[in-house]
Amino acid sequence: MSVFILISLVAIVFGIIYQIAKASEYAAVLNGEEKVKQQTNKLMASLLVAFFLLGMYGIVKCHTALMQHMIPESASVEGVGFDSMFKTTLIVTGIVFVITQTLLFWFVYKYQSRPGTKAEFISHNNKLELIWTTIPAIVMAGLVVIGLKNWITITSPAPKDAQIVEVVGKQFNWLIRYPGKDGVLGKRDFRKISDENNVLGLDWNDKDNKDDIISQNGELHIVVNKPVKLIIGSRDVIHDVGLPHFRMKMDAVPGIATTIWFTPRYTTAEMKVKTNNPDFVYEISCDQMCGKGHYSMRGTVIVETQAEHEAWLAKQQSYWDVNNAPATPAADTAAAVASTTMNN
Amino acid sequence: MNNEAMLHDATHASHHDHGHEHHEQHFITKYIFSQDHKMIAKQFLITGIIWAVIGALMSVFFRLQLGFPDKTFPIMEKFLGEWAKGGKLNPEFYYALVTMHGTILVFFVLTAGLSGTFSNLLIPLQVGARDMASPFMNMLSYWFFFTASVFMFISLFIETGPASGGWTTYPPLSALKEASMGSGLGMDLWLISMSLFVVSSLLGGLNYIATVLNMRTTGMTMTRMPLTIWAFFFTAVLGVLSFPVLLSGFVLLIFDRNFGTSFYLSEIFIGGRALPNVGGSAILYQHLFWFLGHPEVYIIMLPGMGMASEILSNNSRKPIFGYLAMVISLIGITVLAFLVWAHHMFVTGMSPFLGSIFVLLTLLIAVPSAVKVFNWLTTIWKGNLRFTVGMLFALGFVSLFISGGLTGIFLGNSALDIHLHDTYFVIAHFHIVMGVSAFFGMFAGIYHWFPKMFGRFMNNTLGYIHFFITIIGAYLIFWPMHYEGVAGMPRRYYDFSAWQSFNSFQGLNAFISVVTIIVFFAQLLFVVNFFVSIFRGKKVTTQNPWQSPTLEWTTPIHPGHGNWDGPIPTVYRWAYDYKDNGEGGDFIAQNVPLKEGEEAH
Repeated sequence: MSVFILISLVAIVFGIIYQIAKASEYAAVLNGEEKVKQQTNKLMASLLVAFFLLGMYGIVKCHTALMQHMIPESASVEGVGFDSMFKTTLIVTGIVFVITQTLLFWFVYKYQSRPGTKAEFISHNNKLELIWTTIPAIVMAGLVVIGLKNWITITSPAPKDAQIVEVVGKQFNWLIRYPGKDGVLGKRDFRKISDENNVLGLDWNDKDNKDDIISQNGELHIVVNKPVKLIIGSRDVIHDVGLPHFRMKMDAVPGIATTIWFTPRYTTAEMKVKTNNPDFVYEISCDQMCGKGHYSMRGTVIVETQAEHEAWLAKQQSYWDVNNAPATPAADTAAAVASTTMNN
Repeated sequence: MNNEAMLHDATHASHHDHGHEHHEQHFITKYIFSQDHKMIAKQFLITGIIWAVIGALMSVFFRLQLGFPDKTFPIMEKFLGEWAKGGKLNPEFYYALVTMHGTILVFFVLTAGLSGTFSNLLIPLQVGARDMASPFMNMLSYWFFFTASVFMFISLFIETGPASGGWTTYPPLSALKEASMGSGLGMDLWLISMSLFVVSSLLGGLNYIATVLNMRTTGMTMTRMPLTIWAFFFTAVLGVLSFPVLLSGFVLLIFDRNFGTSFYLSEIFIGGRALPNVGGSAILYQHLFWFLGHPEVYIIMLPGMGMASEILSNNSRKPIFGYLAMVISLIGITVLAFLVWAHHMFVTGMSPFLGSIFVLLTLLIAVPSAVKVFNWLTTIWKGNLRFTVGMLFALGFVSLFISGGLTGIFLGNSALDIHLHDTYFVIAHFHIVMGVSAFFGMFAGIYHWFPKMFGRFMNNTLGYIHFFITIIGAYLIFWPMHYEGVAGMPRRYYDFSAWQSFNSFQGLNAFISVVTIIVFFAQLLFVVNFFVSIFRGKKVTTQNPWQSPTLEWTTPIHPGHGNWDGPIPTVYRWAYDYKDNGEGGDFIAQNVPLKEGEEAH
């Protein structure tokens, strides 16, 4: 009922506004339509210019207000190219933006109809048109060249010495698998998946799987200044591994393995100092809509030194052992399992 | 039936009507199952407006959630019931709202509501035809759209909610009932509705093409057509060539959902069990979807471009600058529109080489787009600008098209897209360029051609208020979103509180939500203005209130079915003869014969 009252109230208010607006038009007729038209025209030209000036001021204000919330410079070597390319593109488009918008609103003011003014009959100008077709084409070619250079760097095969980690998405968390001592990820088969004791469907007939470590708390441990190659997959729907700090992103598609690689530049500890934020953490966001828990599909990246990484690895139990070694669960594995059940 | 016979017949019919003017047409054939293109245009427009209000209201609801995630709004429970228990939006329904907002605005408002309205209204009137090539198909087109609307509307009220996998409805999320609540009956209704929509779109599009090619009046050569017609023509071409591909994608999805096929499904473990499907590719759907999806962007943009060209020229009292370049750039955009779809898929793991081809082709679109912008600027240059409400919206269209177009240069470059993909940067980009900008083209068209549609004017004062609130609001809403996107903030998140990298934008999100609500009410102002003006607006007293050379203003103030009372006018000149007519006027209508010694443009 209250909805109807609300709607009818809104309707009445709008009705009144309409009547007022209509009355103002009748007043215009009484005051001489031609004169009112001229005044309105002048007013609109001024308002449009005011809008333009305030808008430009607003852009500056907006920039100073929001830059403090920006994420820090690229935390990966490959992302540095992104940062500089972004700047170049911003400058190019910024120049075009300012020129075209200024022209638009300047013309609006300058060529507003005034008593006695007339338009010039100009239908085309081949030379001018040729110029403004060619220039954008050349500028675009420049941007394409820069873009493709970076694109080739990012999509080139990962260096041979890259650390390999598998990241698998599921509704709604990330499962991360490290290859263990042998450095090889064993085969997996989605038919063997079981939420109790085989979350990734590892094929136990493949001996490469026996030492693989699976972390279910969404923590991706990688080493600073060492390239890491992520092998990305999904158990159910399409997800996307988003690494905003590293300027990287790749879909996780069921049935198709995708990859990205990058080289972290700063450890998490270094970033804490750099950003003046003792709680700083690199986050993995899911960037492809995957269902009701999409917004909570959060992982973290821990970038550490080689020594720290090895120490951490040494503490991890292989997934085979977690499920088969009776009664000797390491303390942190138990914690990991606990946190997984919470995630589920 | 050949064109001559058809024209003859139509003339005959119209004479007949003319002779019996005092006999009112039956209500049903006049207002409901009408075959008059003008009435069908109004049907599309009013249905579109109703959908736009629903779609916009949805955005208000989810903006409340995004802006104030820790507050409750009991008023929402009144509207949404169980979906917003205690005034807090349910995450499942948040995604349903986002999905419906996208589907409704992209397809029902900015495709059907926009080209359905203006192609129908203007093509016969501006090319000088009594009606569409097939008025019956035209009527079917509306009724298929109406049926599609009914299915979509029903899906809002079912227990499991409407489709909730995003307006792109990527499988497997949209294919598996276990994956989300909206993937059940809601998704079935979505697919039925969208399939009917494609049929409607094709019936309309084929009709527009046939009419433009075959039904032009004597003397109306292709190069004498107003740019609106060129734009509607290419819009229709885009739709006719790409909608069937979308339909094929939907058919495969329907098979996967209901008949156990594996076109899109492979190696999936969901709901506690492994599915039997192997060998499909989820990416295949994305190719099929974006093969329409990208041209769709231009299906939305081109009508606005055409109408803005026309309105800018008319209110500058000056021909459109570079008519031929405008036509060629439309052709360029149309051709390129089919060759860039995969730039929506740079991060799907596609072949890097293929990716680079799509980068090149995508950035190529900047060239025809730049040509159009420069031509609009030089159209108003040295003009004699008259700021009608339509003109303001056309100018706003150009401003927004520049702002939104430029950010496309970032996203089309794969090396930048890899970070910006699926962030708020994308939201800002496409809302400015194909959301607000296309809407501005539509508003410009509505304010400008309202007198032709209803024989009355819309209220100017309200129109001006509507314009300024909308353009200021649009920039306030979407400009800051670019920053969120550059910070990597992902789209389609229900709540950012748990995210350290993104939660510092909370204040900004609240600000954006407040502006959204204000802008929403400004749109209601427009809706009120529209409907009240139909009945109470200032009456049109002259045949050609905007002093326009095009043919639609040579019809009577209230044109009947058949448009012209007498014979169809013959065309002698192009649509932009804004020059001294020798009698103090500043334009010469298309149907005025050339003076002695005058050369046709």
